[in-house]
Amino acid sequence: MSFFLEVLIGGLLSGVMYSLVALGFVLIYKASGVLNFAQGGMVFFAALTYVGLLEFDLSPWLAIPITLVVMVILGLLTERIVLRPLVNQPQITLFMATIGLAFFVEGLAQMMWGANVRALDLGLQDEPIAWVSDHLNMMISKFDLTAAGVAALLVTGLALFFSRTRIGRALRAVADDHQAALAVGIPLQQIWGIVWGVAGFLALVAGLLWGARNGVQFALTFVALKALPVLILGGFESVPGAIVGGLIIGATEKLAEVYFGPLVGGGIEGWFPYMLALVFLLVRPEGIFGEKIIRRI
Amino acid sequence: MIYREAGQFKTSYEADAAIFPIRQDRIGIAVILVLAYLVMPFVATPYIFTAILTPFLILSLAAIGLNILTGYCGQLSLGTAAFMAIGAFASYNFMLRVPGMPILVAFALSGGISALVGMVFGLPSLRIRGFYLAVTTLAAQFFIVWCLAKIGWFSNYSSSGVITAQEVTILGYEFVSPESRYLLVLVIVSLLALAAKNLVRSNTGRSWMAVRDMDVAAEVIGIRLMPAKLTAFAISSFYCGVAGALYAYLYLGTVEPEAYNLDLSFRILFMIIIGGVGSILGSFLGSAFITLLPVFLSLVVAFLETTVHLPLSKAITSNLELMAFGALIIFFLIVEPHGLARLWQIAKEKLRLWPFPY
Repeated sequence: MSFFLEVLIGGLLSGVMYSLVALGFVLIYKASGVLNFAQGGMVFFAALTYVGLLEFDLSPWLAIPITLVVMVILGLLTERIVLRPLVNQPQITLFMATIGLAFFVEGLAQMMWGANVRALDLGLQDEPIAWVSDHLNMMISKFDLTAAGVAALLVTGLALFFSRTRIGRALRAVADDHQAALAVGIPLQQIWGIVWGVAGFLALVAGLLWGARNGVQFALTFVALKALPVLILGGFESVPGAIVGGLIIGATEKLAEVYFGPLVGGGIEGWFPYMLALVFLLVRPEGIFGEKIIRRI
Repeated sequence: MIYREAGQFKTSYEADAAIFPIRQDRIGIAVILVLAYLVMPFVATPYIFTAILTPFLILSLAAIGLNILTGYCGQLSLGTAAFMAIGAFASYNFMLRVPGMPILVAFALSGGISALVGMVFGLPSLRIRGFYLAVTTLAAQFFIVWCLAKIGWFSNYSSSGVITAQEVTILGYEFVSPESRYLLVLVIVSLLALAAKNLVRSNTGRSWMAVRDMDVAAEVIGIRLMPAKLTAFAISSFYCGVAGALYAYLYLGTVEPEAYNLDLSFRILFMIIIGGVGSILGSFLGSAFITLLPVFLSLVVAFLETTVHLPLSKAITSNLELMAFGALIIFFLIVEPHGLARLWQIAKEKLRLWPFPY
């Protein structure tokens, strides 16, 4: 039983990390209807920039703000150069453009900082918490717990930002209906700029945490692929959906890998989340928290 | 004036239903076919055959397959490469396990297997739409490639699922030389492209387009959604399966499941987006663009190295190519979101009026 709980908790904690990446997707999808495939590339870019800056003997307290500025600028440029000219195009065109962007950002990151795998040390040890392993006989990583805490903090912050601030309200209005939002005087492009800036910030946080956990390497870009089933499970437009979806995917993925994986030769983590999401969507096609799809003729 | 169709009267139903109703189009197609069948085999070098023409044709076929599904039936799929993988591995197993199996029959049957699997993965499309569907097709992509790598039977228990394609022999003739392989691919691709062109203007094709434009409305006017969507998935997967088999047998030779990864799916998706969604011609144009772009980029890099003497390392050039690829795709989407096929249409309009401005 304690083994089951250990796997479950480990899965839930890593699920929070997926949610962190999924949040970046949700934010942009909500505000501009773009499924931003380049989010994974941005996560990679952020982690690589941070590590690269540290190699110049900058202190982390200086490197993080600089990376943040770089990421926000990257987000703003993306909005200005890639998406503004493509306004009102079909969603698939926008999606393809972000895949192109992903190639570009990945290439740029590797050209600037080199492609070799690097370690990222945040001063957190990936070791079991002594108290828990002594008393409850479970291995729960300190790092995972901290990461989950950071994610929870971010989510609360974002939820408050969306519901309490002026910009947040404007953002929700834009998400609801671009034209109506424009008509009541919400500066659409400014809002999009903010959204992309925040997405850059989320990419930075995700990049630091994922980079610290798995090392800064090209595989970080695949994190975005892991976030996709989280997204569709939770519903594209929903912040709580990203969290709950992340928890479900994280937990079931680990449990399936541990209990079901050995029966079929392992490596099922690659497709299991997708299959789970597929089966779930058959029951509820708009995800858990997604907006009910009403189709009119 | 060049492209004037005035005076070309259709006097019979056959003429009215012709694939290319305009004489200039027919001449153009004839010229392209003559070039492809009679001129190319004598002009091109083996490098051009193996590195450009053969992959171009095979990927065009896959792009046609995806275009049937995405462009005509409106169901976005990110799992194209997986269906290609099914085609390749099915052909391998047919050739391996059925004695005396003719290769062309094996290709066709592997397309059929791919179509069956495609229908299974098409079932969710009856309930799931848009990006939700696109992400669920990723399930097909990862699951199928995983199956092919993990289940030894598919690759005859070779390590990590690598298969070596058997020799391609038709009626005693071995297709070994680049020209012969190119010609075989050309014949298969042109026949299947002709079939696709006819299919999309048939009853089935029109029902696909109705489903694409608005599925609720299509249902209301009496199109049955399930058969329409499932045939689209099946036929699309058939094309992808045959393309995958050709990719393994006539292009790569030795292939592992990982060769049919998500990158290949994305490349084929790029082809139809850049070529033109919902256009058979666009599939070819897009495939040509995506196949030639890396070749062109590496030529540019090589040129820069020799003339400007830029000391570019291997890593930097490959990253530069990646960036240029991404940037060019964004550029094309911004400049012409409807793809190269749309550019061709605009050119036709201009040619119709030339030399007058309007």
